[in-house]
Amino acid sequence: MLQDGLRGALNQSALEPAGPQAAKVTHLWWFALAIATTVYLLTMGALWWAAHRARQRELRGEAAVGPEAEQGMTRGVTYSIAATIVILLIFLVTDLSVGRTLSPVPSKHPLTIELTGHQWWWEVTYADTSPHGRFTTANEIHVPVGEPVLFVLQAQDVIHSFWVPNLAGKKDLIPGYTQSMWFQADTAGLYRGQCAEFCGLQHAKMALHVVAESKADYQRWVDQQRGTAAIPTDSAARRGREIFLTGTCAMCHSIEGTSAGSHAGPDLTHLASRRTIAAGTLPNTRGALGGWVVDPQRIKPGVRMPPNMLKPQDLDALLTYLQSLK
Amino acid sequence: MSETIAAAPTVDPNGPYEAEIAELTRTYHSDAGRFWGWVTSVDHKSIGKRYIATCFVFFILAGLNAGVMRMQLARPENHIVGPDRYNQLFTVHGTAMMFLFAVPVMTAMATYLVPLMVGTKEVAYPRLNAFGYWTFLIGGLFLFAGLYSNTGPDTGWFAYTPLSGPEYAAGKRVDVWAQVVTFTEIAGLVAAVEMIVTIFKMRAPGMSLNRIPLYVWSILVVSFMIVFAMPSVAMASTMMLAMDRLVATHFFNRAEGGDPLLWQHLFWFFGHPEVYIMFIPGLGFVSAIIETFTKRKIFAYPVMVLALFVTGFVAFGLWVHHMFATPVPQLGRSLFTAASVLIAIPTGAQIFCWIATIWAGRPRYTTSMMFALGFIVVFTIGGMTGVMIASVPFDLQVHDTYFIVAHFHYVILGGVLFPLFGACYLYFPKITGRMMSETLGKWNFWLFFVGVNVTFFPMHLLGLDGMPRRVYTYLPEMGWGKLNLIATFGAVIIVSSVAVFLWNVISSWRGGAIAGPNPWGAPGLEWATSSPPPPWNFHPVPVVEGRAPLWEAGEELPVATGLATDRREVLITTALDAIPDNRHEHPGESHWPLVMAIAVGVTFIGAVWTPWAYVVGFAMSAVAFGGWGWPRGEHPADQVTDGVLPRSEAR
Repeated sequence: MLQDGLRGALNQSALEPAGPQAAKVTHLWWFALAIATTVYLLTMGALWWAAHRARQRELRGEAAVGPEAEQGMTRGVTYSIAATIVILLIFLVTDLSVGRTLSPVPSKHPLTIELTGHQWWWEVTYADTSPHGRFTTANEIHVPVGEPVLFVLQAQDVIHSFWVPNLAGKKDLIPGYTQSMWFQADTAGLYRGQCAEFCGLQHAKMALHVVAESKADYQRWVDQQRGTAAIPTDSAARRGREIFLTGTCAMCHSIEGTSAGSHAGPDLTHLASRRTIAAGTLPNTRGALGGWVVDPQRIKPGVRMPPNMLKPQDLDALLTYLQSLK
Repeated sequence: MSETIAAAPTVDPNGPYEAEIAELTRTYHSDAGRFWGWVTSVDHKSIGKRYIATCFVFFILAGLNAGVMRMQLARPENHIVGPDRYNQLFTVHGTAMMFLFAVPVMTAMATYLVPLMVGTKEVAYPRLNAFGYWTFLIGGLFLFAGLYSNTGPDTGWFAYTPLSGPEYAAGKRVDVWAQVVTFTEIAGLVAAVEMIVTIFKMRAPGMSLNRIPLYVWSILVVSFMIVFAMPSVAMASTMMLAMDRLVATHFFNRAEGGDPLLWQHLFWFFGHPEVYIMFIPGLGFVSAIIETFTKRKIFAYPVMVLALFVTGFVAFGLWVHHMFATPVPQLGRSLFTAASVLIAIPTGAQIFCWIATIWAGRPRYTTSMMFALGFIVVFTIGGMTGVMIASVPFDLQVHDTYFIVAHFHYVILGGVLFPLFGACYLYFPKITGRMMSETLGKWNFWLFFVGVNVTFFPMHLLGLDGMPRRVYTYLPEMGWGKLNLIATFGAVIIVSSVAVFLWNVISSWRGGAIAGPNPWGAPGLEWATSSPPPPWNFHPVPVVEGRAPLWEAGEELPVATGLATDRREVLITTALDAIPDNRHEHPGESHWPLVMAIAVGVTFIGAVWTPWAYVVGFAMSAVAFGGWGWPRGEHPADQVTDGVLPRSEAR
């Protein structure tokens, strides 16, 4: 009960594994916790017992232990140290073997996702052998369940760290280096991850979501993401697109199929299909989106996006357009 | 307390040496006024006291930072401070706790205690000692001046490049950090050199290596560690990071052939040994406390000494475990995992030896002893989690989360603060001549013990639940609110404990019971002189015939006579057997250490704004060096020890 009360969100926990990587680490944790608790309790018991014995001897008025007791003490300490060494070696061997089983990607041609860290959002590009197959999104990664996914990690500015605890341990994204890691989601669901290497002002609000879904759902999503942006049909959305393309928005964001092609900020081609905005900070609702567009500094102080002073009807049109980008 | 006051043998200051003591009083008297005499003092006790007090001031300031951070995190989406302020707060908290408190307070305690413990009149290089303190003070004030003027460093106490580089950390904040590190490294290095020389060459006659107190061994080990570890970060911060920022070198710029990972290696090559540099003296204190309050020599002395050395060596083979998420080949990671796991063995061995000592002794549960036992209870938890995170796969889950925050606070509060508080209660009578209140002491202990666990235990769970470190806020739906609130409540308990401690220090200093030379019936030489000790510590100097001199000496401690009293003469002994070897005259009061420290201050603080500061500082340093090295008038060469022969008196 107490534990349930204290438990945080289950979708960002190292103890709720949803894939083989995280599951092995969870097992390792429970194993280590059991050993550590046993050793700790034994040590504290020995300490209590030593103090208790000394007290009893004193109460009985016995003299302090003589040199003959030293032999027993030597034996006790030697056995304790020997036991410590054996336990540590068992732990070390377990450790290293778990580490080895986790490293290699268990597939020759895994689904590959290029993940680039920016201050303070994630650029997600799905690799493909053909240029038409490639597409880019941000802060939301979809993966098919039961399939290993390889991540190629890079950073644009400073060091970030990619970490989705329910699925796998973290790996740093370091400017100038390319690292890789993989995980596999066995249970469909929504898993949250967060930047784990301090990266400046908005390190706290640099999150992402991994959506693990069935192969069919995943394929539908991919097909939709590969397409260019929806062409607005009603006049409000058309007006919104005009505001987007002629205002400051297009200076940083890109929308495939329009003239907006800058990659300084997240790609917005299918913005409306994403669950959150501002790198996992706000739900992708009209209200939140409006607040974000008008004054992002209030929500993420220091974020690279400037405030936008739009007339109410312009903002309304812009939001209508952005929400049409399914 | 009266029942604990044992009739231990001491050197009677009014014994047959009255005339010599009178002359020593003249020799050590300073003509300068009270204030100027204090400024120019080279007495290791005077400097030690101000060093300890300064460290505690920085401890409180850095602790207040943590208090604000805990308030901010007490509930989700809190708005007490914004990210800009929060990042400064945690960076200065970490930097100050590491560079301005945990390491230097141990240096400061050693500066005061080690010369007394090895039975010598002064510390080696007394003016260097004063210089170290002033340098440290300037560096520490600079850091907090930066924080309070909104120029506090904000890239973490580890200042990873490129975040701390010129491109992503504009302004002067990181420059402040880089220079503060340099100040403290200078202070740490000079103190380490003094300690090594004091311990090797100035021990009381008869204190062969196998009779050195365990605390002194611990200081010897960390002094060597400082000498090897600190140049790495001093070079990285002053030479490379500051130059990248100031004169556009590219040591850490990948685009120009530099490497951001180089910084991490240089930093952690220092940063990991630093952990052991902090708590090995704590282990020494625990040995001293348990020995004193069980009335029994620590069991298995050779094992204890060996354990300290093994810890010191292996500590240099751990640094990459801070970098498991960076590109490190698997074999390399395995080696660092193995070292990180196996370093638990020597510390475990020491804990078993302490338990054996308690078993065989007659423990008295004074506040000091409570803190030593609290150390074992709290620190061992940190040790357990330390072994866990040596594992690469597990570390990759909890690295940079609150699990790590919990782990190292258990290690540092357990390994540094518990022994330090214990040592304060043990040595306060020696330093001030008065006893601390045991009643307040028990409050101090229990509040601290409860506070530490309430604050930091929940953080283990937070880390496993995915809460990363160094976040200024979190979303309500993450569900971290309750545990964070509990942790904040614990922080309040810690604050109240520290307040009780401070009140105890102040009230006891004013009106505590008079202590006498050896209130605890302790075995070490530091208890063989008055409390507080005279400026010359001992006259005549004691001679050691065993590992627990005051317990073994019987009625009176044997002494060695023959040191001059018309000048500040100290006895130099051989490194292994401590056979009298040489007499050496020490300098008196001097203002040059302060001038030198100011020159260093002008150099490094000025260098935040202009490279010309190096030129100015060089000229100032040259002047200070000149004054420092100016011949001191009549200068009797060091003499062979004709007159100095150990002789037992009244045996």
